[in-house]
Amino acid sequence: MTAPVLSIKGLTKAYPGVVANSDVSFEVMKGEVHALLGENGAGKSTLVKMIYGLVKPDHGTMIFQGKAYAPAEPRAARAAGVAMVFQHFSLFDALNVAENIALGMEHPPRLADLAGRIREVSETYGLPLDPFRTVGDLSAGERQRVEIIRCLLQDPRLLIMDEPTSVLTPQEVEILFQTLRKLTAEGVAILYISHKLEEIRTLCDTATILRLGKKVATCTPADTTARALAEMMVGTVLHTPERSGRALGDVALELSGLSVRSPSAFGCSLKDISLEVRQGEVLGLGGVAGNGQDELLGALSGELRSGPDMVKMHGRAVGMLGPMERRRIGLLCAPEERLGHAAAPDMSLTENAMLTGSLRERLERRGFLDWGRARGFAEAIIQRFDVRTPGPGNAARSLSGGNLQKFVIGREVMQRPEVLVVNQPTWGVDASAAAAIRQALLDLAAGGTAVVVISQDLDELMEIADRFGALNEGRLSRIRPTSELNIEEIGLMMGGAHDMEVAHV
Amino acid sequence: MLKLEKRPQPSKAWVWLAPVVAVIATMIAGGALFALLGKDPLVAIRTIFWDPLFSEFAFFYRPQLLVKGAPLVLIAIGLSLGFRAGIWNIGAEGQYIVGALCGAGVGLAFYPMEGWFIFPLMVMAGALGGWAWAMIPAVLKVKFGTNEILVSLMLVYVAEQLLASMALGLMKNPEGFGFPGSRNLQQYPSAHNAELIAGSGMHWGVVAAMVAVIFAYVLMTRHILGFHIRLTGEAPRAARFAGVNPGRLVLICLGLAGALAGLAGMFEVSGPAGRVSIDFNVGYGFTAIIVAFLGRLHPLGILMAGLLMALTYIGGEIAQSRLGLPAAAIQMFQGMLLFFLLAVDVMTNYRLRLTWREVA
Amino acid sequence: MDLSSINPILLLASLMVAATPLLLAAVGELVVEKAGVLNLGVEGMMITGAICGFAIAVNTGNPLLGVLAAAAGGAVLSLLFALLTQVALANQVASGLGLTLFGLGLSALIGQGYQGIRPPSFPRLNIPGLSDMPVLGRILFSHDLMVYLGLIIVTAVWFMLKYTRAGLILRAVGENHEAAHALGYKVVRIRMMAILFGGACAGMGGAYISLIRVPQWTEGMTAGIGWIALALVVFASWKPWRVLLGAYLFGGVTVIQLNLQAAGVAIPVEYLAMSPYLITILVLVIMSADKSSAPASLGRIFHASR
Repeated sequence: MTAPVLSIKGLTKAYPGVVANSDVSFEVMKGEVHALLGENGAGKSTLVKMIYGLVKPDHGTMIFQGKAYAPAEPRAARAAGVAMVFQHFSLFDALNVAENIALGMEHPPRLADLAGRIREVSETYGLPLDPFRTVGDLSAGERQRVEIIRCLLQDPRLLIMDEPTSVLTPQEVEILFQTLRKLTAEGVAILYISHKLEEIRTLCDTATILRLGKKVATCTPADTTARALAEMMVGTVLHTPERSGRALGDVALELSGLSVRSPSAFGCSLKDISLEVRQGEVLGLGGVAGNGQDELLGALSGELRSGPDMVKMHGRAVGMLGPMERRRIGLLCAPEERLGHAAAPDMSLTENAMLTGSLRERLERRGFLDWGRARGFAEAIIQRFDVRTPGPGNAARSLSGGNLQKFVIGREVMQRPEVLVVNQPTWGVDASAAAAIRQALLDLAAGGTAVVVISQDLDELMEIADRFGALNEGRLSRIRPTSELNIEEIGLMMGGAHDMEVAHV
Repeated sequence: MLKLEKRPQPSKAWVWLAPVVAVIATMIAGGALFALLGKDPLVAIRTIFWDPLFSEFAFFYRPQLLVKGAPLVLIAIGLSLGFRAGIWNIGAEGQYIVGALCGAGVGLAFYPMEGWFIFPLMVMAGALGGWAWAMIPAVLKVKFGTNEILVSLMLVYVAEQLLASMALGLMKNPEGFGFPGSRNLQQYPSAHNAELIAGSGMHWGVVAAMVAVIFAYVLMTRHILGFHIRLTGEAPRAARFAGVNPGRLVLICLGLAGALAGLAGMFEVSGPAGRVSIDFNVGYGFTAIIVAFLGRLHPLGILMAGLLMALTYIGGEIAQSRLGLPAAAIQMFQGMLLFFLLAVDVMTNYRLRLTWREVA
Repeated sequence: MDLSSINPILLLASLMVAATPLLLAAVGELVVEKAGVLNLGVEGMMITGAICGFAIAVNTGNPLLGVLAAAAGGAVLSLLFALLTQVALANQVASGLGLTLFGLGLSALIGQGYQGIRPPSFPRLNIPGLSDMPVLGRILFSHDLMVYLGLIIVTAVWFMLKYTRAGLILRAVGENHEAAHALGYKVVRIRMMAILFGGACAGMGGAYISLIRVPQWTEGMTAGIGWIALALVVFASWKPWRVLLGAYLFGGVTVIQLNLQAAGVAIPVEYLAMSPYLITILVLVIMSADKSSAPASLGRIFHASR
């Protein structure tokens, strides 16, 4: 347990305008789980890409298993014994599991032999997987297994995992941790990237914390409090959103038996979803990615039409209305994907303000556009939500994730919605922007708006939602008040067990 | 080594600089091509770009600029709406032919009656014909998701056969001694799209092209429909989120493009061409694609690009007769222009960066 | 009208001839699209191949050298497209259209002095035994080399895509270029090679028209076959065997309408000549319901940032 598998000395990588990593040094020991902790934009991804040969460092050296190590490409990294599981899986939907795995190997055996080895490894590590299924049909958890097995087949000495649990239910996380412990017992070192503090405290032996591209500290997470870790990571004391007690009003949004077919081949259709949200209430909807979140947002925004009575606003049937008509009556939405869905990347912020604001902000009269007013509206959003940008003439894609998200959420909040639906409001957003967004949602609810937050971040939902439900394969669990839930029950709800039986995993 | 790097936002300067650089690069490469063909490159370039405007016979060529430019601009304006939205109508040539056939058909049906209403009816028929021809790919795309590129193009070949059939059959001049081709509309005052000011080249088609430019400019900059067209092209998912009905947009864009192409065909057949003949179409529908891109899909840009392209047509003809430069060389020259434009265009969204260390 | 003048054996034999240019161009484009690139310049590459092959065959007197030159010509032209779309990251639709317009001009320019010449005739393969068989011998075994080359290429492409690692990598690049890049595959290099292969195939298809099927040179002689080849790839749902089926189907339509023209059927010639294009549209309509088999990255621009 004492020999370092990988030592990094003074790694530096600069991009135009940003220093992604500055003089980072640390060591990963044999058989340990080493956490790499940091906020979005702290430089974690760039660092591991250098280790995996996807990016070349400007300065600095690496030593892997006692030898100088400077991989020119991922192939070289894999040959040396470094494997990586990506956050956004590098999988091919239309190919089957075995083909996907073969693509990640240098000298794959024949497909039939490979299938045998896949079965073997998957049983050894408790990750059941059929080699001939098409990857596009797999759940997020199963897709991750494909990636892990692809790595394990190469007998890695160092396994890099980038945010592996963000797509898993709590029960699946437990299985993953068992697999990882088995691997470390065999002497494999694991570099584990995450920003989830509790997870790191249970799993990891050592943690290296990055902030703004620099190493802040290396510590033993079990001996450090989550709060101390968080403060090292963020650099300041965090402000927790405040909830003011408030009276709930009438039912604003009602779904009854909502069923919608997914428009995409590998999507998830909605099945018989019913819920009510009252004025002033925040309803949180959790669930693992790909269980109908996008489709639900589409069905509420009007991008997907349903039977008229399946969606009701203040008792009025609106299921057949399009996005414009829904905005007219005060049902506003903010989708998950900022670039390309909520906003047009190459268009200016003024134009993006026009995108949803034309009707309620009266930026349009009989079809003709008032660009002056649109610019004013964009400026108002920028000011109120502290969006960091030189001005409303800048393209949406020039903004950082957090700033663009503040703009997108702000654009809807400022239109005084009756009902606001947001999907993954703080995904990939730095902590201070996330706090500001959550506060804005709570303030909106305090003003009498019914808010639906769809999110995969359970901590976020526990923090701001009054009631909680989980989506699983397009169905919705029973909705329960957040105050009476614990993490175990939430896991069961997300796994689709509802509250009837315990799942056998 | 050189590396491309994405700009945080599109460069405003390069949007306008790219066509200029492309034109200059094409002149250089074109000069080299002409030299290969054994012509003096400087003379050839001057013959194409300078002589039509400023030589002693320029009074003869200048009106041609409007005559040749008008159909190009008219068609390209229509195409640009679709291209902006990611709807690829490349069958304008077919819509142009059908518009001409419908327009001429109405005119010929009234022959030899005279009346003020005949020409307006022909205009409407031309627009309607082009519109209807473009509605075929549009409706198929909306109803069945059929690829509009291939369908609109296939319909060009169908329209060409239709044209041949009309010129040899239904519309053949009964007093034409058996030669293919219709009556000459230039000799039928009620149906003739005559010059509005003698010797200027100005005919109703030119007026229509100007109106189309202004209309498109207002539509794209000030109207919600234009905004939705741009939005659909930039980010189709965001457009649906904003409330755009993609099917409706396909119908509108293809319909407008078809109507404008049909108009161009109708003005051509009743004016400069005069009659329906087998080789009536000369590829304006395809050249207009180059015009649309060269003009940055922007109405004013298209106006300039249309005039420039008309210039290469006229200059090409002069070079053909005076220097013996083959007609195909000009066609290739135009293709080259589009290539250079597309290549230079990378600078709008990316910048070149010199890196001294080797890049993986 | 005299339908009895149509000989079914000759009809089937000429069907194989009519299908070959389509087959070559379509299978080349299939490989390009499998790699995630949409090259709309097939028509331009075909006509360039047609004139390159014709010119070299006439000048050397060797039709096989002509075919090689056609492949080279198509590939060189496709290199332009490859540079534009893979290096300069230009829009693939616009670049493909540009390629077609450019190719039409270029071929007309090269073809100036070649109108009205007969090219050297292509050797017809005579397979002892097989070619002498009644009926089948005439339909299947007495064609020129190129007919069989087309079939060999289709088989090779099918085998490569289905059973080899190179094929797997090609499909992976077309399916998800970001993931392929993350695994360390050279997306741009692989796509360049696919584009060049497609160009060479289209060039050979063009040469088949000018050297064997017609055989002479006229401007614009490919008359939309390149575009039909593009439609054929959609029709085939990106599967090589269905390209073969589709090519023979279209070849059949072309041959039948030519035969009907010759037999003097009471339908005007122009309407018969329209039929291949109309049938293409019809087929596209029927096939467009199923889009699931299209490569997921088709037509998307790839730029390896960070």
